[in-house]
Amino acid sequence: MTTLETAADAARDNLTALESEAVHIFREVAGEFDRPVILFSGGKDSTLLLHLAIKAFWPAPVPFPLLHVDTGHNFDEVIEFRDKVVETYGLRLVVARVQDWIDDGRLTERPDGTRNPLQTQPLLDTITEHKFDAVFGGGRRDEERARAKERIFSLRNAFGQWDPRRQRPELWNLYNGRHRPGEHVRVFPLSNWTEADVWNYIAREGIELPSIYYAHRRKVYRRDGMWLTEGPWGGPRDGEVVEELMVRYRTVGDGSCTGAVESAATTVEEVIAEVQASRLTERGATRADDRLSEAAMEDRKREGYF
Amino acid sequence: MSGLLRLATAGSVDDGKSTLVGRLLYDTKSVLADQLDAVRRASVDRGLSTPDLSLLVDGLRSEREQGITIDVAYRYFATPKRSFVLADTPGHVQYTRNTVTGASTAQLAVLLVDARKGVVEQTRRHAAVLALLGVPRLVLAVNKVDLINYDEASFTVIAKEFGAHASSLGYEEGSVLAIPVSALLGDNVATRSENTPWYQGPTLLKHLENVPVAPDPHEAAFRFPVQYVIRPRTAEFPDYRGYAGQIAAGTVRPGDEVVVLPQGLRTRVDSVDTPRGALQEAGAGSSVTVLLTDELDISRGDLIASAEQPPEVTDELTATLCWLSSKSLRQGARVLLKHGTRTVQALVDDLRSRFDEQSLSTVDEPRSLELNEIGGVRLRLSEPLPLDDYSSSPRTGAFLVLDPGDGDTLAAGLVGERFSALACGE
Repeated sequence: MTTLETAADAARDNLTALESEAVHIFREVAGEFDRPVILFSGGKDSTLLLHLAIKAFWPAPVPFPLLHVDTGHNFDEVIEFRDKVVETYGLRLVVARVQDWIDDGRLTERPDGTRNPLQTQPLLDTITEHKFDAVFGGGRRDEERARAKERIFSLRNAFGQWDPRRQRPELWNLYNGRHRPGEHVRVFPLSNWTEADVWNYIAREGIELPSIYYAHRRKVYRRDGMWLTEGPWGGPRDGEVVEELMVRYRTVGDGSCTGAVESAATTVEEVIAEVQASRLTERGATRADDRLSEAAMEDRKREGYF
Repeated sequence: MSGLLRLATAGSVDDGKSTLVGRLLYDTKSVLADQLDAVRRASVDRGLSTPDLSLLVDGLRSEREQGITIDVAYRYFATPKRSFVLADTPGHVQYTRNTVTGASTAQLAVLLVDARKGVVEQTRRHAAVLALLGVPRLVLAVNKVDLINYDEASFTVIAKEFGAHASSLGYEEGSVLAIPVSALLGDNVATRSENTPWYQGPTLLKHLENVPVAPDPHEAAFRFPVQYVIRPRTAEFPDYRGYAGQIAAGTVRPGDEVVVLPQGLRTRVDSVDTPRGALQEAGAGSSVTVLLTDELDISRGDLIASAEQPPEVTDELTATLCWLSSKSLRQGARVLLKHGTRTVQALVDDLRSRFDEQSLSTVDEPRSLELNEIGGVRLRLSEPLPLDDYSSSPRTGAFLVLDPGDGDTLAAGLVGERFSALACGE
């Protein structure tokens, strides 16, 4: 057996182990909680999450609804994709619109126009309103230092807050989902996946993604070292020049703070090659909100963000 | 060759664990330019002349402020040969709790010592906990060898002392390796050091890439905790009734005779199903759906097991507890016990002994068990559970002890008197 074959076998073996672990986590939640929900943005991690949920309960339908916290600053392609997925699999979709919270005064628009930090309150309000007791997220520990400390089952208090000093130890594959009324548990089945694992699995399973993950021509302008696309989030401003470039997205979030990368990768194989060669993390490359301070992610998690 | 190795680190405060982990990430190119830039900026802010690699992993605000690691963190790195999941455990105050957490899933543990200090109390304690949890392989990383001028004799003394300690804990010679390293400078981490020509063994990374993974649990008897019953009741699958779960030990094939516990019903496996199609055989770690030939009343919490080698079904057991909570345990306490997919009430009938990790001996009839202490107990259960001894089947011999009030995890439990074997070593 050549070295190359060994490496390919090792990668396949690794993906199968990660898949089994994620399926186990989905079934644990289905068995232990009353009202779970899958947070679904239409991005690659939540699409992968949904794919694994479908596998976990096959041939029965997924026993949870989806929840999309809609900032209003969406990429059209992603919303189309979201609605198509919901219809294809006969799922129930709950949408929490940030705009609704702004319209009735529960939230105030920020001066910089970004709505990413405004998602927390609609998320927590919706969890309370629907009495969701387990909320699946696509977070991975390789994304960021504060996330590396996250448990697979992460207990949140009635304010949705995460306290890194009061986490429950997580032993073997015995997950503790006990919580008191008002508390809920965030569940991260992709905790042990890396960005490379996600893409390799998407390739292996032939999972469809929103088109913006692949290179396409798009009108973009430069801001804070990132290529942002035109949109209702206030751009371009004075002095910002719109250019048409071949770009793709490595993450999909609020349009005001998610940047595109220049790319010629139009297939999943080309994306994998590009991700492997990249010297930047996906968040470092394209997420403005993580750059705010050394502990920006930790601070948002403490407030109840994912 | 397994594609995934799960490992844990252990060691005292300031032995350089975070630096070693940072070095592994850095040398396997698992750190990207923007992360490194952030570390460079933060190091300059702290007045340092070279990037402090420990800042790559100490992610929480208070960790960076105090320069210590607070909680277990999980790190990922890969080489062309293997992927690694590393449980990075802090050496600070809550040592046993964190070591237990990291070690519960580890196939190998890297223990750090400072070459200037050698094997200390904490090293002996950590090794005992790793042995207790059955971590099959140990690496002793003798760190900061640059500070002892790469002295062979000092390294050999430390390696020998640790080897003797490990063998008294039941480790065979081939399962323990000592490596002289400097995490700060990179000696023998990913690249062979020219400063230690007397060291003939592999670098740390090479060892991690090539070390055989634990004995194959496929040899063990079949154990399958039922997680969830899959009943689609759709037009396409009107009569489908499958039992979903992750195989805890052994293998299963269609036609195998099995017993459903605790009821004791015997039946046969009709098929082993997955969305990719039915399987001829599935082994430990696989999440599958099992269909049985008879229509039985089976639900979450039941265990499907090999009919030839079933576990004992009992409502009384002897167990070892690693106490992880600041609330103390006293005789007569009522707790919850989570085993596989079933949670039952339990009564602590007898607090029999406490393990002293320093002297590797036991203290009889302690008054209580406190945070980080390990003890032997007799438990009485409200309903019988199918239990294996931890040493023969870790996944079905392990359980959690939960607080019935707030649901917190109080202890890691191991079925059987695990540490009597350790205690007779010295």
